[in-house]
Amino acid sequence: MTAPLVELRGATVRMGTRTLWSELDLALSEGEFLAVLGPNGTGKTTLLKVLLGLVPLSAGTVRVKGAPPHAGNPEVGYVPQQQAFDRTLPIRGRDLVRFGVDGHRWGLPFHNRATRRLVDASLEAVGATDYADAPVGLLSGGEQQRLRIAQALLGDPTVLLCDEPLLALDMASQRAVTRLIDERRREAGSPVVFVTHEVNPVLPYVDRILYLVRGRWAIGTPAEILTSERLSALYGIEVDVVKVRDRYLVVSAEDELPTEPGAHAHHDHAH
Amino acid sequence: MGIGFYLQFPFAQHALEAAFLVAVSCGLIGPFVITRTMSFAVHGTSELAFTGAVAGLLIANNPLAGALVGALIVATLIGLLGQRASERDSTIGVILAAGLGLGVFLLGYYHGYASEALNILFGNIFGISSSQILLLGLIAIAVAAVLTLIWRPLLFASVDPDVARARGVRTGLLGIVFLFVLAVTVTEAAQIVGTLLVLSLAITPAAAAQRLSPNPFLVTVLSIAMAVIAADGGLLLSFQFATVKPSVLIVAISFAFYVAARLVGPAVASRRRRRSAGPKMAELGLG
Repeated sequence: MTAPLVELRGATVRMGTRTLWSELDLALSEGEFLAVLGPNGTGKTTLLKVLLGLVPLSAGTVRVKGAPPHAGNPEVGYVPQQQAFDRTLPIRGRDLVRFGVDGHRWGLPFHNRATRRLVDASLEAVGATDYADAPVGLLSGGEQQRLRIAQALLGDPTVLLCDEPLLALDMASQRAVTRLIDERRREAGSPVVFVTHEVNPVLPYVDRILYLVRGRWAIGTPAEILTSERLSALYGIEVDVVKVRDRYLVVSAEDELPTEPGAHAHHDHAH
Repeated sequence: MGIGFYLQFPFAQHALEAAFLVAVSCGLIGPFVITRTMSFAVHGTSELAFTGAVAGLLIANNPLAGALVGALIVATLIGLLGQRASERDSTIGVILAAGLGLGVFLLGYYHGYASEALNILFGNIFGISSSQILLLGLIAIAVAAVLTLIWRPLLFASVDPDVARARGVRTGLLGIVFLFVLAVTVTEAAQIVGTLLVLSLAITPAAAAQRLSPNPFLVTVLSIAMAVIAADGGLLLSFQFATVKPSVLIVAISFAFYVAARLVGPAVASRRRRRSAGPKMAELGLG
């Protein structure tokens, strides 16, 4: 077996006196789709920041394609959640995508044929050519997220990190965006780390789930993790997992359960 | 006595040159100011350039040097205390109020001509010496050079800070550098239109330009063009209508650009949106 493309060993992150998660072991190989679930504030996004090299581990080791992560790593593509852009923000779809090529370099954005071809091809690949010249503030969330994926894939990254990319999208857009991400991992073999509140929209693609709850974690296939026993143990309260057709619903008699992967969406991050 | 008559005099030529230099710098920073939602920071640094200018008058009889130092101190304070956008607004408000109080206090000790102090607030473009033109020119070149250098990462950091950080852009550092560029530009502009009307060159042309194009580079070109036309146009008009202060005419022209852009802008935007037809199909995964 080849070396894992993403690897965490005994990884611990502390913020001040609080331990977000500790002794996390994780290894992702080619083409694997990992969904990261859990309530707010349990360090799902922090896990991505560790892999992006923006947050250091308090203990343990992390490797991305065999090397310690660092900001600006071309091996990593990053898709954030959609955001509300001002309607008059002077940025077109293609400008947003182009940041993926040379946004971090010094100087003016001079016209450059090679760059333009790259951006055009990337826009084409996600089906965003039609609105490439429209201001981003006028685009729908789904359109914006296609651009985000184009931006992330431009540098041909080895690993794809997604932070709630489906948040506040309608069902059709959720499906379209997920399909694009899935295409990438099948065609290029990029492992995907997918942070989400809701597992159901991505369930058909998920290989394994990392479930974080207040410093505790569990990892395994959806069938292993999404059971009443496992989640009750994680949350430390009585939790029931119900499977309705292809959807999982997590319910609890106690109101304390902060976020369920499928019962209802928490759009508290939405703007 | 019209425009042609005044243009024979060095004071009028200097004024035109100064207005041009200031307008270019302002037009250049304007789009970034708006994208970074820092209009209030412009207002704050320019008003506190007033406090610095009064201090400069008192200590060294040099309001420009005082204003520069004052604006840089304020930029540093805003940078240190208001890194997060949510805090920045209130931080600037607090610094602005305290600094203005200090300025008024200092003004009490100034026994020169009251007009000297008023000039700081409302601008005085006449009576600019050749050496001041040189200084303004150097500042304009420095501002343009720094912004040219940091253009791409600054735009990236302004539009999309999270992804920019992930891509290795040092967003915090760029924010501080931009604040200093802004402080210097604003101080320079305050000499011409006064600290109270700086926004008319640093914000209005860029705000107008944004309504006419979504292309970030074109917006900057338009912003510079409108700022220059407003500054030099206002000045030339003031030669014709000698009773009106040039800063008033500068503000009037730039405001007229903005109103016109607001009227024309929606038509421009809807045409563009219509041209990019078909996204709904793509949205459904059918495109």
